[in-house]
This record gives sequence, C-alpha cells and structure tokens, in this order.
Amino acid sequence: MPESDSAAPPAAVRRRPTPISIAVWTAVALLGASGWAVLALARGEEVSAAWLVVAALGSYAIAYRFYSRFIARRVLRVDKTRATPAERLDNGVDFHPTDRRVLLGHHFAAIAGAGPLVGPVLAAQMGYLPGTIWIVVGVILAGAVQDMVTLFFSMRRDGKSLGQMAREEIGPFGGAAALIAIFAIMIILLAVLALVVVNALAHSPWGTFSIALTIPIAFFMGFYLRVLRPGRVTEVSVIGVVLLLFAIVSGSWVAESSWADTFTLTPGTLVIWLVVYGFFASVLPVWMLLAPRDYLSTFMKIGTIVLLALGVAFALPTMKMDGITEFAGSGAGPVFAGSLFPFVFITIACGALSGFHALISSGTTPKMIQKETQVRMIGYGSMLMESFVAIMALVAASIIDPGLYFAMNAPAGLIGDSVQSASEAVANLGYTITPEQLAAAAKAVEEESLLSRTGGAPTLAVGISEIFSAVFGGAGMKAFWYHFAIMFEALFILTTVDAGTRVGRFMLQDMLGNVYKPFRDVSWRPGAWIASAVVVGAWGYFLWVGVHDPLGGIYQLFPLFGIANQLLAAIALAVATTLLIKSGRLKWAWVTGIPLAWDVAVTFTASWQKIFSSDPAIGFFEQRSVYRQAIEDGKVLAPAKDMDDMHTVVTNATVDGVLSVLFLVLVLVVLIDAARVCVKAIRNPAESRLTEVPHVKSELVAPAGLWPTREEKAELATAGAAPAKGSDPGSPS
Amino acid sequence: MSGAAVLRAGLARRLARFRAVWRELTGEAVYDRYVAYTRARDPHAEVLSRRAFERWRVDRREADPREGFRCC
Repeated sequence: MPESDSAAPPAAVRRRPTPISIAVWTAVALLGASGWAVLALARGEEVSAAWLVVAALGSYAIAYRFYSRFIARRVLRVDKTRATPAERLDNGVDFHPTDRRVLLGHHFAAIAGAGPLVGPVLAAQMGYLPGTIWIVVGVILAGAVQDMVTLFFSMRRDGKSLGQMAREEIGPFGGAAALIAIFAIMIILLAVLALVVVNALAHSPWGTFSIALTIPIAFFMGFYLRVLRPGRVTEVSVIGVVLLLFAIVSGSWVAESSWADTFTLTPGTLVIWLVVYGFFASVLPVWMLLAPRDYLSTFMKIGTIVLLALGVAFALPTMKMDGITEFAGSGAGPVFAGSLFPFVFITIACGALSGFHALISSGTTPKMIQKETQVRMIGYGSMLMESFVAIMALVAASIIDPGLYFAMNAPAGLIGDSVQSASEAVANLGYTITPEQLAAAAKAVEEESLLSRTGGAPTLAVGISEIFSAVFGGAGMKAFWYHFAIMFEALFILTTVDAGTRVGRFMLQDMLGNVYKPFRDVSWRPGAWIASAVVVGAWGYFLWVGVHDPLGGIYQLFPLFGIANQLLAAIALAVATTLLIKSGRLKWAWVTGIPLAWDVAVTFTASWQKIFSSDPAIGFFEQRSVYRQAIEDGKVLAPAKDMDDMHTVVTNATVDGVLSVLFLVLVLVVLIDAARVCVKAIRNPAESRLTEVPHVKSELVAPAGLWPTREEKAELATAGAAPAKGSDPGSPS
Repeated sequence: MSGAAVLRAGLARRLARFRAVWRELTGEAVYDRYVAYTRARDPHAEVLSRRAFERWRVDRREADPREGFRCC
C-alpha cells in the first residue's frame, strides 16, 4: 500500500513570521556567520575557541529551525494525527509513550560515547579547520538527517531494526549482506575502542588501578540493586560516583606506593586482561556487571560533557594548533596516513555522520516516541548535541601545544622512546618542543611518559585537564583531572565493549542458528559460551595485532574503523533513500541521496586507496609487497626493528587489506540491490510494496518541540479538560 | 506572607515536576507505570512486587541484548 500521504498536511495553517522572530533569526545567522568569518580570516594569530563554539552553535540553530523543519514537514510529512507504536502497542514497558524530554535524554545517552571524543582529536593533525567544517556541515546535511529519517521509518514499522528494514524493503540478498556487514563492523569497532583504552592505561599504574576498581564497584552496585534496594537507581548511582571519585584519588596513592609495579602493565598484558574481562562480562548475568556499569558510565558521561561545556565557556582557551597544517595536503601525517579528502571524513565519523546511530534509531527509541512530530527534536536534535560534543573534543585537542600533540599521537616507531628523540622527531615534523617541556608535561599529570600515547584519549585528557584546571582547582589539580578524563573514557568504552560483545554474540548465535538450531536459543549455555568466545577472540585478535603492530595500531586500524562506520551509514542512507522512492517521494530523495552520494564517494575513495594505493603508508597491499620484498632481500625497514617485526607487518597488512575488500564488497552488494529496488519503484510505482503499519488515529496530545507553542498549549488545555491523557491503550499487543 | 507561601508552593511544584522527569530518566518510574498500567486494565490483577519486577526487567536484557545497546 502506498504511504498514506492522504492525511492532510498538518502544516496547512501557515503562520506568517512575526517581525520579532525575523529579527531573532537574523541575529542568530549573523552571529554564526561572524564565528565562521573569524575562523576563516585568522592567519597566523591564535584564535579564541569561543569563535569556534559560536560558529557551531549558530549553524546548529539555523539548521534545526529551518532544515530539520523542512524535512519533517515536506519530506517525511510527519503526521500528528497518526498514533505512534508507543501509543498503539503500549504495554507499559517496551512500548510506552515517553515524555519527549526524557526520551531525548535516553537517546542522546545511547548515541554519544567515545566516538565523538576520539575522532576529532586524531583529525586535529590536519589543523582544527577541516575537522570543524566537516563536523558542522556533516551533521547538518548528513548525520542528523540519517538519524532522524531512520528513526521516522523505523517508527512507522513498529521499531524494526535496520537489518530487518533492509531485508523487508530491499530484499533477502541485500538484507543478508547488511547483517554480515553490521557484524564485521562491530568487531572492528570493539577492537579499536579497546585499543584506545589499552593505549591510555599502558604503563600507567594510576589509570590501571582506578579502572580495575570500577569492577568491584560495579559488582557492589549490581548487588545493591538486585538484593538490597531493587530499582533505586539514583541512590546507587550517587554511591557509585562517590566510590568512583575515590577510585581516581586512590590511584595516585597506589602509583606512589609499593603496589605501583603490580599495576604497571605492558600493552600486551592489558590485552589479555581485557579479553578475559570481555569474555566474562558477556557471559555473566546482566545485573551483575553490565547494568550497574551502564548507570555509572551514563552518569559520568552526561556529567563530564556538561562540565566540559562549562569549562570551555568559562576558560575561553585559545587554539594553539594551526587552522590547517601541511599534513592536510601532503597526506604524510604521523597520526594517520592519507590526505584531507577522504581521510578527514573517515577519521571523524561520530559527531558528523555515524552509521552506528542507525542501529539505535531503529531499536529502542522508536518504540517510546509519543508523537510523530517529535522525531525532529529527538532524531535531529540529539545528533546536533553529539556534534557539539565532537566540537568540544576538537577544542580540547587544539588548545594544547602542537609539539606535545604530535609527540603524543605519533607512533612509537617514529618518536623513539626518549624525550630527546621525541623532540627531534617533532622538529622533523615542523613543530618545536624541548625535551624539558615534554618531561614537564608528563610530570604535570603524574605520568611516567606521554610519548606515543596514541588513540586520542590521553590527548583529550590533557586538553580537558588544561581547561578544567583553569576553572576548577588550578594547576595542582591537573593530574586529578587528567586521570578523571581517562577514567571517564575508559569506563564507557569498557561498557561498550561489554554490551557490544553481547550484541555480537547475539547476532552470531542468530546466524549459527541457521546451521545448528540450538544456537538460536539464547538460554542454551554452551551456545552462549561458544559464541562469546568467538566474538571476544575476533576483536581480541585485532586488539593484539594493533598493540604489536610496528607501524602503530591506531595508525593502521583507525582508518579501517572509520571506513566501517561510514559504510554502515551508507547502508542506512541507502535504506532511507529506497524508502523515500518507494513511497513516491522521488522529488525529495535528494535529502538522503546527497549525503549517501557523498558518503559513498568518501568511503569508496578511502577503501580504494587502502586497497590499491601505491604509497605503502596508505595501501595495505602495497605495504605488504614492499615489506615482502625487503624480507626476501634480507633487509629490515624502519620502523620495524627485526625480521619478526617485518613478518608482523606483512601479516597485518594482508589481514587489513582483505578486510577492506570485504567491507567494500558487502556494502556494494547492498547498494546495488537497493538501486535495483529503486529503479523498479520508479518504473512501476503501483507495484512497490511498503511494510508500513496503517494509519491509526492518535488520541494523544503532546508538543513537538522542547517548548510548547501557543497552539500546542491550547490543544493541551483542551485535552486536559477531556478524559485523562494518554496512557490507555487502544489496541494492546 | 502570602507572597512567600505562593513562592514556596511554586517551588514545590517545580521540584515535584523535576523529580518526576528525573525518575523517568533513570528508569525508576518504570515500576510505578507498570503497576498503574496493570491496575488500570484490571483492578484485581496480580501485580509483581518491585523486587520481582526489577529482576524480570533486567533479566529480559539477557534474552535480547540489543535493547538498551549503546553506541561508540
């Protein structure tokens, strides 16, 4: 059945803009434009981070007010007379019309994690300008659009997942490719996030001890919620946060005590611990570890993001990094290889465009939404918030000395292992920092060394400690804030590792269930154990490889992670575009079609270069053949130190190259299948079938945005006079 | 006098509203909602205790971990 555009557009009453609103929006536009102007015109002098924030916020406001409204009204034609799944299927638990502000909070907490904090930090090697422009323009035209449109289509299908929508609307072939791609992408995601944690905790007794303490803290919280006082989440979270702060403080005592050696671990040891943790965390009952950890990391996440916004607003730091560095053009940067196009757009995924959000937008959130009109605020709005988190991470990375930035983010093979060699290496990159300054920077945060702390988390932590200590506590608090930031990132990365391993296990069990039936039964313990071991083994392998790669794990694997995430976005945008075309909205297909085309251009160029480039720093197979040749000639190429290293490089390059090919092929299958369906729908519109749930009249009255408009207030007042609002379900499930 | 009382009542109302939103945010209100929902449909229906309900709610995530999954 064709999409019901029969319902009269609710926007029929078109109010003329008042002079006041015209004046306000002109002022917002001018303010945002002035931010961009300052960023664009600054040459050589240091710019205040305030301008960057102003440019971003001004652009978000304009985009939300005009573009997201256009998408909601004209493209999606959200219909406030149509009951949402939450209203129709209300069962008090899974499906329930949830207050829009509460759902915004839940959705934001679910989409924002370590991603928007890590990518922008790494992309800062090309200067702050390319990253800023992509984060702001990308979120407005691509990322927020993807989230909102996916949320809308899933909502119209009772909260079906992206994979299910791909199967039903495109076909079994494309659907299967999408499922395998999602699984493979999940493995790389977990490996790279775990690598960030390993790099942050290696040789750091303070950090390792604090993070280790979070496990007993989580056990205690789990016990409290299960046995002592069930459901008292606020209480237990307050206790948890206090214990967590104690864990951070006590880390500094441990670092100075005789226990320090016990908690000073090499990256290899940390990998083993993480794999063991990941396995047990995913087979233990949810209430023991995952649920309490989830509460803890959510509280920490929201709290720290608010603190960071306040810190940036009060400290108003100036940016020390150049607007654009020479690595943008040369492609020879030490953090990741390749030039601005396509690699900035790969490195910054979360914050601009993140395919993973499509999994959240097509899962829990659409089952809770009160009113169709609220997809704008929840889908588009919360992605703008995540984008702002990415902007703040970029600020934090850009206010530290560029010399320190490069000493922290270049691989060990380049930097060497002494402050002297690092200082020289940084000078070769075109920046200056003295060995004394490097030693002082490490001492300020009470770490043994900050050299080659790749992965973004430590750099962000140094930036955050600068900002926070300027506002709260002064220079004496720097070490505390540094470890606070490390703790906060490691905490929610570990939560993601735990939850992600479970999801991976679940997907694998589902796939294996096709071969051997009992696997599908999630309560069959051997199945759960085997599938968990496979998933943990898979990401553990890449983590191990990343830690031991002579070229640097982040340098090699992060581009692969970025490509994977953006390919997932390509799948989501392809599904969305197909749905727009199938529902007879070809003239609006550009809304998701343009971001799709851009995303395909970026990911396919990047994959192409990763597979075929003749520059061994970029192309995996070229790298492989160069190192192979050298092995045959009996030579050792830097940064490898011996023949073992040489063989490691060859193996890793092969695996990474094969994986790039696999991702590309899977997504190509989805895209071709989607294109086939689109062409068919355009040729023969009458034939196309949508799986949309039919229109049921909505009885609920609820505002669309954060603040009710005058008409909405009137509607609410009328509804308030009538029988009690909402909760009574028309047709229970 | 009465001015202060009005102010206090306003403050109390705001606090109550904040508390309600907060309980929704943390998920503490889910149980109350479940009870209200079950009672509304059948006043004599048997209702799980808070302890049993919270256990059931957490254990359900075991069956499908995709519920409540978080992102990168």
